[in-house]
Amino acid sequence: MPPIEAPDLSFAALAPLLLVFGAACVGVLVEAFAPRAVRHPVQVGIALVGTVGGFVTTLLLAGTGEVTAGGALAVDGVALFLQATITALGALSVLLFAERSLDPARSAFVASAAVPAGSARDVQLAVSERVQTEVYPLVTFAVGGMMLFTSANDLLLMFVALEVLSLPLYLLCGMARRRRLLSQEAALKYFLLGAFASAFFLYGLALVYGATGSVRLAVIREGATGAGNDLLLVLGLALLVVGLMFKASVAPFHVWTPDVYQGAPTPVTAFMAAATKVAAFGAVLRLLYMAFGTAEEIWRPLVYALAIASMVVGAVLGLTQTDLKRLFAYSSIAHAGFLLTGVIGLSGDGEDPGLAATMFYLLTYGLTTIGAFALLTLVRDGSGEATHLSRWAGLAQRSPLTAALMTLFLLALAGIPLTSGFTGKFAVFRAAIETGAWPLAVVALVTSAVAAFYYLRVVVLMYFSDPAPDGPTIGVPGSPTTAVLAVTAAATLVLGIVPGSVLDLAQSAAVLVG
Amino acid sequence: MSLANYLVLAAVLFTIGAIGVLVRRNAIVVFMCVELMLNSVNLTLVTFARASGTLDGQLIAFFVMVVAAAEVVVGLAIIMSVYRTRRSSSVDDVNLLKY
Repeated sequence: MPPIEAPDLSFAALAPLLLVFGAACVGVLVEAFAPRAVRHPVQVGIALVGTVGGFVTTLLLAGTGEVTAGGALAVDGVALFLQATITALGALSVLLFAERSLDPARSAFVASAAVPAGSARDVQLAVSERVQTEVYPLVTFAVGGMMLFTSANDLLLMFVALEVLSLPLYLLCGMARRRRLLSQEAALKYFLLGAFASAFFLYGLALVYGATGSVRLAVIREGATGAGNDLLLVLGLALLVVGLMFKASVAPFHVWTPDVYQGAPTPVTAFMAAATKVAAFGAVLRLLYMAFGTAEEIWRPLVYALAIASMVVGAVLGLTQTDLKRLFAYSSIAHAGFLLTGVIGLSGDGEDPGLAATMFYLLTYGLTTIGAFALLTLVRDGSGEATHLSRWAGLAQRSPLTAALMTLFLLALAGIPLTSGFTGKFAVFRAAIETGAWPLAVVALVTSAVAAFYYLRVVVLMYFSDPAPDGPTIGVPGSPTTAVLAVTAAATLVLGIVPGSVLDLAQSAAVLVG
Repeated sequence: MSLANYLVLAAVLFTIGAIGVLVRRNAIVVFMCVELMLNSVNLTLVTFARASGTLDGQLIAFFVMVVAAAEVVVGLAIIMSVYRTRRSSSVDDVNLLKY
């Protein structure tokens, strides 16, 4: 029997991942050994060190293009760009998690998740200082899993990363301090459907392994070339796409999205909406481009149909929503469709507008979404956040700044010029048109117009309605939320007015190795 | 016996699991059906490993088992917390979030 060879590990290229996972592990130890009084500040510090450290190290690695860890991990331009995006969004989310001055009950997270909701102990704990500080290691693990997901060069690692990012998210969804029943319900729904979807991903992995004899993306690429009629391979790819599209909340695999977005604590929703989408599309790009780049005829019609379905469902069902969190959920479904038009813009040759456009869109969408959800945490009434649309009527008279920021984010989501959303949309639509998918771009434009209606309806409601006499109060955010709002609003404006340098960065980073 | 039989058996098990997820009402049973789907994948992987004469498939099956175990921990924690509040683990009873 030959001796087992140790895989080559390039620790420099792995540094961002090691930092983030290291911070998460230290967080678990702190949870076990530090006294409760000091846990919250220490945990916030560790989570920030991990995510910001991961962000800085990915920036330092810029320009790297290598395959490491025995070929299982590709550290290339796309992976690093998306990892930097994920760690940045993760750090902003940790700041939102850490906000303690908005809620009179001191945090968005439950004091003790194990205490049954509504019990005497729960009522007693609801007003205490205590917080379930496990949320910080959990979110750090999720960030690590997402980073791994975008650089997985191997279907097995992709599956493990999928679970590493999903399992903490399932738990985080169920940890709201208020409306705990809704929160637990969201966690249950997300968990059952998420496990169902990952089973499909896994079966796809098994079939692709059967068809090509390997789970390494480069080997699958060789096996897939000219194998358009191989039933195992086609079925396998379809199942893999189902698993990934579920995470990216693409219709028709979107059914969980509104419920989970509404039920989860708002900082978690912000994190999920922004960072999970980046990670899921990172994996979609790598799978379709690296493993099936030479077998485009298999996946192109499938992705085409999913893009149209997602845009139409997101735009049309969003019109009927009366809750802002659900409205943003349908908006996220529509945006997943727009992102898929960028994926359709992938072309096999060297000039690849689709890859860079999709990466840029993910960055702009993530930052805008976190900002929008951060604003939702400010507008409150007795039972927590006031997310019903009618509660936002006349908000501009109560708090002009909140209304103005919300308007900025909504315009960016709608894709109005001079905001980052416009630049992103322009880039992905142009990529789709350049590869000849102009019917898709037409559908995208029409659905953008439909979706713009529901964003602008909120703006109109805020500015041209009279406020209700018993309207919600606008909380004064503490420094963490203020920092998040400042960064996201600035990014939304800057990426809309002078996007050139970041677009160039995305263009130069649009390199996949494997 | 031909290896194809194992693949067919795995596909049948996977389908039973998927149908179970869709039609059963108890969250624990739904979850067991997901586990059945994962195990049918393991059978598929081991069959393909045998067919191709490589060990990769068997190795992946171990990873799947570990991940499934982690999923059980998280899943049962969530189902337990819902059950302790509502005294029910039926997925029809968790119906506050809709439309």
